[in-house]
Amino acid sequence: MPSDRRVIDILREDLNLTGTKEGCGAGECGGCTILVDGESRLSCLMLAAQLEGRSVTTIEGIASEDRLHPLQEAFVEHGAVQCGFCIPGMVLSAVDLLQRNPNPTRMEIRQGLSGNLCRCTGYQKIVDAVKAGALKIK
Amino acid sequence: MRKVLLPHTSEELWEVLRAEPQAAVYAGGTDLLVKLRQGLVDPSCLVCLERIEELKGVQEFGHEVFIGACSTHAYLLANPIIRSNFPVLTKALELLGSPPIRNMGTIGGNICTASPAADSLPPLYVLEAEVEIRSKNTSRRMALKEFIQGPGKTSLQPGEIVSGIWVKKAPGYNLYHFEKVGQRKALAISIASLAGLLRASEKGVIEEARFAWGSVGPTIITSPEVEKALVGNRLSRPILEKAACLARSAVEPIDDIRASGEYRRLVSGNLMVRLLTLQREVCH
Repeated sequence: MPSDRRVIDILREDLNLTGTKEGCGAGECGGCTILVDGESRLSCLMLAAQLEGRSVTTIEGIASEDRLHPLQEAFVEHGAVQCGFCIPGMVLSAVDLLQRNPNPTRMEIRQGLSGNLCRCTGYQKIVDAVKAGALKIK
Repeated sequence: MRKVLLPHTSEELWEVLRAEPQAAVYAGGTDLLVKLRQGLVDPSCLVCLERIEELKGVQEFGHEVFIGACSTHAYLLANPIIRSNFPVLTKALELLGSPPIRNMGTIGGNICTASPAADSLPPLYVLEAEVEIRSKNTSRRMALKEFIQGPGKTSLQPGEIVSGIWVKKAPGYNLYHFEKVGQRKALAISIASLAGLLRASEKGVIEEARFAWGSVGPTIITSPEVEKALVGNRLSRPILEKAACLARSAVEPIDDIRASGEYRRLVSGNLMVRLLTLQREVCH
């Protein structure tokens, strides 16, 4: 594996984990968001060598065997998903946010997800879903 | 294929830089990796600083604070020394990029990329920060405003890195201000920005002021004329409008894909007037 291979390419091409999306390749859309050691990072701006010794969580990794993650359930229940392209990044950013702030206000949710762009929904239902997901998690 | 090297100590780093003098050095990669993908740079070797713990962290030395260059913006935003001493910097870092970008990007990287639009720079200019530059055998300190020479240009020599930033605590400044204008509220490269530190008497008369504008010149713009115009006065609309005119003469904006020079010039002045109505927040 070339040490300069982008992490997003490792995930999508080498590991067939296509949940992580490439929207821009320049760090400006958040579609490629993953968790590295629990913190949100942009996989389009990371290189393979940087993963040494780190744990990576992609969208494929947050559901349990028999159930969606509470946030995923909330996204579905609240109609927060349209085309779905931004959603893996949104959900993982929300996971990071709720780990740090389990009871965020709507404004704090917007700020926490400010690195994830959505062209479909207008964000309202995404914020509703994260608010509901936070309650579910508790 | 490019080599990517991750030294864990500064000893390893000097060895790597000696062996690979053409290497491009990065920490978070939020600027370099974009340029790499665009084909604007093509180094044969990349050196990532993210594992060098001694380049991270914040330390207090009496009236000065040393900020490790590889401290991420997120780390600094959570750091009580930074939050309590440098609210003008905290305010800017809150608006920089986005949450994942702040988890990856570092203050040293923001400085060394030396974009005129860098959000940490106007606050660091009003704080009169100095960079510490290290190589295998040397260490020097230099005023940030001299370190940055032009868009994307710094005084770094081969074999050198910025190891950290020295910032003096600024007691006596009781008002701070930072605002950036961009095409959206996050993930926005600044079109114009303003950092300010002021000292007002109990009666509200300005005794000292420092300002720095971002994205409206080849480097950060400062203006003694604007600062003098405020000293001895209260912040009133007429005074700020006068300062705004002086600001518009001081800046040197260009047209680019984000905004026209004319717009930027106008906004550089308007940002001064907003000192009146926007939060002129109190430093402790």
